[in-house]
Amino acid sequence: MTDSTGAREVQVDGSSRLAGWGKVLGIFGLLVAIVVTTGAMNPRFFGAENLENVLQRTALFGIIGIGAAFPIVTAGIDLSIGSVIALVATSLPLLLDAGVPAGAAVVAVLLLAAGLGVIHGLLITRMGLQPFVVTLCGLLVYRGVARYIVDDQTMGFGSDHDGLRSLATGRPFSIGALDVPAPALVLVAVAVLAAVFLGRSVWGRWMLALGRNATAARYAGVPVERVTILAYVICSLLAGVGGVLFALDVNSVQPASMGNFYELYAIAAAVLGGCSLRGGEGSILGVVLGAAVMRLLYNSIVLLGIPSQLEFAIVGGVLLLGAVADEVVRRLAEARRARERARARTERTT
Amino acid sequence: MTTRLSARGVVRRFPGVLALGGVDLDAGPGEVVALVGENGAGKSTLLKCLAGLERPDGGSMTYEGGVWAPRSTAEAASGGVALVHQELCLAENLSAAENIGLGREPRRGWMPLVDRQALRERAAHALERVGATFGPDVKVERLAAGQRQLVEIAKGIDQDARVLILDEPTSSLTSKETARLFELVHQLRADDITVLYVSHRLTEILELADRAFVLRDGQNAGHLTRDELTREAMVRMMVGRDLAPPAARPEAGRASSAPVLELRELVTDAFPAAAVDLTVRPGELVGLAGLVGAGRTELLETVFGLRASVSGEVRVSGQPERFRGPRDAAAAGLALVPEDRKLQGLLLEEGVRVNTALATLDRRRRRGLVDGAAERAVAAAQVERLGVRTAGIEQVVQTLSGGNQQKVVVGRWLAAEPSILLMDEPTRGVDVGAREELYLLLERLAADGLAVLFASSDMEELLRLADRVVVLHDGQVTGTLDRSVATEEAVMELATGGSREYGVTTT
Repeated sequence: MTDSTGAREVQVDGSSRLAGWGKVLGIFGLLVAIVVTTGAMNPRFFGAENLENVLQRTALFGIIGIGAAFPIVTAGIDLSIGSVIALVATSLPLLLDAGVPAGAAVVAVLLLAAGLGVIHGLLITRMGLQPFVVTLCGLLVYRGVARYIVDDQTMGFGSDHDGLRSLATGRPFSIGALDVPAPALVLVAVAVLAAVFLGRSVWGRWMLALGRNATAARYAGVPVERVTILAYVICSLLAGVGGVLFALDVNSVQPASMGNFYELYAIAAAVLGGCSLRGGEGSILGVVLGAAVMRLLYNSIVLLGIPSQLEFAIVGGVLLLGAVADEVVRRLAEARRARERARARTERTT
Repeated sequence: MTTRLSARGVVRRFPGVLALGGVDLDAGPGEVVALVGENGAGKSTLLKCLAGLERPDGGSMTYEGGVWAPRSTAEAASGGVALVHQELCLAENLSAAENIGLGREPRRGWMPLVDRQALRERAAHALERVGATFGPDVKVERLAAGQRQLVEIAKGIDQDARVLILDEPTSSLTSKETARLFELVHQLRADDITVLYVSHRLTEILELADRAFVLRDGQNAGHLTRDELTREAMVRMMVGRDLAPPAARPEAGRASSAPVLELRELVTDAFPAAAVDLTVRPGELVGLAGLVGAGRTELLETVFGLRASVSGEVRVSGQPERFRGPRDAAAAGLALVPEDRKLQGLLLEEGVRVNTALATLDRRRRRGLVDGAAERAVAAAQVERLGVRTAGIEQVVQTLSGGNQQKVVVGRWLAAEPSILLMDEPTRGVDVGAREELYLLLERLAADGLAVLFASSDMEELLRLADRVVVLHDGQVTGTLDRSVATEEAVMELATGGSREYGVTTT
């Protein structure tokens, strides 16, 4: 009898944490399925060049996806990511053209991005504005500013800044025939830091707590305002990092279109990766996998000769499927837990 | 007496849980029948079955001699069985009349337009019958809790209800409103209406009920007629055992020690005209009494830094303190167990561990990271100390009973080792057994030197626990009663603004 009681305890015991892992496993399964199908139908998929390309894009979108996850964890949202990218991507070449040293220019645009996050956070916490409204305004304002400061001119880095550009285009080392893109290393670094922060640090725990119930967190002495502001700072900062890398990668920044819709890709990656828009839930590994799934889908649309006009429809369909599957699994788990509890109760009383 | 509404062997299963395991109930015309039991005993489920919110999986129900199987509240109400919800379910943005007629609006002929005039008249008639002093046009958001209750009851009257189910109707009413509700219940009984009355407050049941059905664990635990109806009998049936009488606490040393918490002319933003002076010594249990809206919650929240004070001073161990938020207050050794644990206390979807550790995460941090081992140890220690009934420290708190949830919030703050514990309604929604455990715990903590200041609307609780009762009225202290002179009458007198001398002590 003690054996079975012990086993049940472990089940009930682990349920809240296992649910999180279940999501990550689910999205990983989806990723494997896409890889296997696409690879089977078009062997070019496994070519070094293609994988390198997928990895590069996954890294760039993964970084901004991780950023998007933080406001979402606090039950907020950041819609300004794409415009922050545009602003950073136009400001950087502007500063370089003005003769600012590369290192200083990068630091400056990242500070600019982080500063925008501070403004978002203050408007949300001190003014009590809704995150959706604040960042929607950001989306419009930064796009306008980005276009204005460069007079809608396409910006590039020419050939004077190849050293700086290697941050995005460099291939520091190879695994077999695959040259690993530099942004992938940036992604790994960002992901590890973000995962430790969210999963292990006191501030990360506070962020998850206030996402669950901001009032309760405040009553428990969590510095709710500061933690919320931090979430928006992290998001904008990572959008800035993404903006720098995107700009260096394409080398031709069009102010009107740079980063358009990227906030939606970032949010989609976060949601696909298991972040709930209700807040309080999220795994960084899941977000990275979510970004990978999005890029792989795009890649297979190209490789399988599916009309590219369908891209959004397919991505949207997969996202919806993920959301439905998640809800179904959640309900099943809930019913199972209720049964476990009832059995435990009857066994206790008899 | 004839039977109007009855349940025979009603069974209701939820996924894996037997909420009702064959329950009987009957009620006749002009009768007030009470339904008593601890939380989770199945009262609400039974009511929901009768009112069409849930459908029984087994057994039978009859109403006016026929089979009763309503499939929705609308169907039940049109048949004459109306449920007045515990948490009032009114649309605050609509008027009283619009709420009363919601879903049954009179139309203007064939057009999909509301006949506002007819609606107003109907509503006015119903409101008059329940003795409301406000008109049908007033917006619900402007009504007090007791008035909202009347709107709900008027809604039932408007549907010609012959059975009115009142689920915890007084939980958010002032004593004046409660008295008015009782009059109304007596009047409804005289009008031959059947009232099913559910309440945790046994005094109310003693006063109102003709009979009482006691439920325990989804089963009938007993039935008491008017003659048999006593508090002891109900409690015994509810918990299935006798409760130990409260033990006397040693008072030695308490009065002599210096106050650990002092409020000096503290003015809250809710009552800018009232300044509060109050002291609590180590080992003292001080009760804050008062009617709903007397400013008890506001006072506790101001002390804890959740609200800014207008003026005055909070001193902790003699030191004047200026808290900018709960964080500062917690750092100074204060703790607050809030009134609404679901809204203000718990992360419902998280486990016992995460909830218990929340207030002390940064004290136990190691290089900025959560110390997992310490966190688990703290959670396990509090579960053990408070006797939280849980399958393990990872059990999601949503699935715990009210009493165990409350213990988790208390445990969170005990883990912070406070010197002053503030509690707002320490046992609201906590069933009788767990309530007694919390009382014993508080007495033990006080004996170990903790200063406790608790606000309560529950007179029994105040008189049972408090060494002193401080009574508030409109934000003002109207009197302080020592344990020896604190009686229900004295507290009520002061709470309603009376100023009679009841051995009032100056502190």
